[in-house]
Amino acid sequence: MELAKRLCDTFGPAGREGAVRELIRAEIKDYCKDTTVDRLGNLIAHIPAKRKNAEKIMLCAHMDEIGLIVTHVDKKGFLRFTNIGGIFKERILYERVIFENGVIGVIGVETKPETPERPRMDNMYIDIGAKNRNEAAAMVKIGDIAAFCEHAVVLKKRLLAKALDDRIGCYCLIETIKKLKSHKDDLYFVFTVQEEVGLRGARTGAYAIAPMYAIAIDVTDTGDTPEASKMAVSIGNGVAIKVKDSGFISNPVVKEQLVRYAREAEIPYQLEILEHGTTDAAIIQVVKQGILSGVLSIPTRYIHSTSELCDWADVDATVQLLLQVCKRGLSPS
Amino acid sequence: MLRELSEYMGVSGGEQRIRAFIKEQIKDDVDEMIEDAYGNLIVKKGKVTALRILLTAHMDEVGFIITGIEKSGLLRFATIGLAPQVLYAKRVVIGEKAIPGVIGHKPVHQVKHEETEKLVETKDLFIDIGVSSKDEAKKHVGIGELGTFCTEFREVGETIFGKAFDDRIGCYMLMEVIKKTSVPLYCAFTVQEEAGLRGARIAAYRVNPQVAIAVDATASGEWPEEKDVPLYPEIGKGPVITIADRSLICDRELVALLEHTAQKHAIPYQFKKPMIGGTDAGAIHLTREGVRAVAVQTPARYIHSPLAIANKKDIKAGIKLLTSSIEAIAQKESQWS
Repeated sequence: MELAKRLCDTFGPAGREGAVRELIRAEIKDYCKDTTVDRLGNLIAHIPAKRKNAEKIMLCAHMDEIGLIVTHVDKKGFLRFTNIGGIFKERILYERVIFENGVIGVIGVETKPETPERPRMDNMYIDIGAKNRNEAAAMVKIGDIAAFCEHAVVLKKRLLAKALDDRIGCYCLIETIKKLKSHKDDLYFVFTVQEEVGLRGARTGAYAIAPMYAIAIDVTDTGDTPEASKMAVSIGNGVAIKVKDSGFISNPVVKEQLVRYAREAEIPYQLEILEHGTTDAAIIQVVKQGILSGVLSIPTRYIHSTSELCDWADVDATVQLLLQVCKRGLSPS
Repeated sequence: MLRELSEYMGVSGGEQRIRAFIKEQIKDDVDEMIEDAYGNLIVKKGKVTALRILLTAHMDEVGFIITGIEKSGLLRFATIGLAPQVLYAKRVVIGEKAIPGVIGHKPVHQVKHEETEKLVETKDLFIDIGVSSKDEAKKHVGIGELGTFCTEFREVGETIFGKAFDDRIGCYMLMEVIKKTSVPLYCAFTVQEEAGLRGARIAAYRVNPQVAIAVDATASGEWPEEKDVPLYPEIGKGPVITIADRSLICDRELVALLEHTAQKHAIPYQFKKPMIGGTDAGAIHLTREGVRAVAVQTPARYIHSPLAIANKKDIKAGIKLLTSSIEAIAQKESQWS
């Protein structure tokens, strides 16, 4: 799990994915014909088919995580901020954050009697230990972006880390590339940018590649914690094959192929219907003339918090199923 | 030129008068001029080679559209990019014939006490063109016609007052850049930005640029604030560079290039408060394989209202920032194309 831990611990909020990209590129470049970075910052790794007239398959996971962006520096050196991506404000108080240059801070909150009981983000601030505005301005400036700085830990066969959404998806793709023995089609592994702010990188990446099929690898919620909202997905029960979410209905042909491959290779799987949230596949499916798309999800608890939790058996199952997809293609035979 | 650009009407979807004016003003300075199916005016200046730079400014302004005519001859309307709070009792003009009217409302004497507590909504307002029946109203105005505020442009020293600064200031800046620069480039005067960055998306698809700069106006933040959170940007303190807003996270190297260029030429500049608003750059950067994009904006007080206030020093500095920056980009063509 060392590589997965490193991926999660690396700094990479939306728009600032450079360090994650370099880490991934170093891991995969020897296994691919070429790795390129496009204008928005997507990393595209190509493993061509050996046969002629092969179809193009795009497999993608997003590199970016949620974060915070500095909007003000006050006289006493406290930073005001707002969110990059879907931050739950009640989950971030007193959490530590880290900037790209290594500056660390903690999130505090106003404590006047009139401060709302459930403080808004504009009632909060980041304390970087600066004495005043000048000192703070030498450390951080307006527009600088911070990530959370919890470190990944292994709990038995489970991984607890920030940014499992979606570094665990990136990890699955890296492992697939490394373990790839035989493949049928023209494979494009795309590590996308800016998913958390609106599925942005996936859109331009899919346009450039124009594949016949696309599979996004991302995390999904579960219904397996105490008094949780009902959802028929649990961690440890296998890779989740998406049926639908709030922005996407899986292409039935793709979904059926994924289910068939999982069943035939005896890979544990579960079907997923996610009521709130979506993935890169939601935008990929409507690029150009339309791209036949599906999603494989790693069931994950506490998504968009500073400690997300997934089960290693599900990660293995996801990689196994991806290897089947590479080996057999996605066209109905 | 700023006077005409401010006073002429060009609400989203009805930009024809602005387009005709711009065309007339720049026709001798450009090599190609295309008007696309949705009304974007796309021009090419110079011999564009491998590197395609696109500068955009939107021609449309906020306003309203007539949705119904009451028996009494009063007009119902829906807003385009306007909050109802700025409408109360304002003078307006409607349609190509520029029919004058006023936004009517219940007079204060008839407002019930509990109603004074609540914010006005568009459904409580109507437009009065001074007629007494539906038939009479229909002679002047039809459903679907667009309208805007009736605001005279005025200047006092470096300060300018007027409507539609968002984004006629940007149009003006683009026209000046076209006249001044020797860098080959595309410029698009876009439609329907206020209705959802619509024209820019189509224009960028056609031009297929590698680098784009949206030139727009942005709200300045100079109202009194209790907390110690410095408000910005301010008018008179230079053009505004966007790092990230609701519509895009700007290309980092372009932001750095703009900042570096401003410093090198001693051009004043300021940053926009992150994650507020959006510009045409949002639609442009997601076009085709992706476009490296940034926004340069002129700060103006009270945009999206009948009257905004801006400073000509910011406009001049913005033009200088744009011409110097595109020169810097063109000098390193291979890095950007």
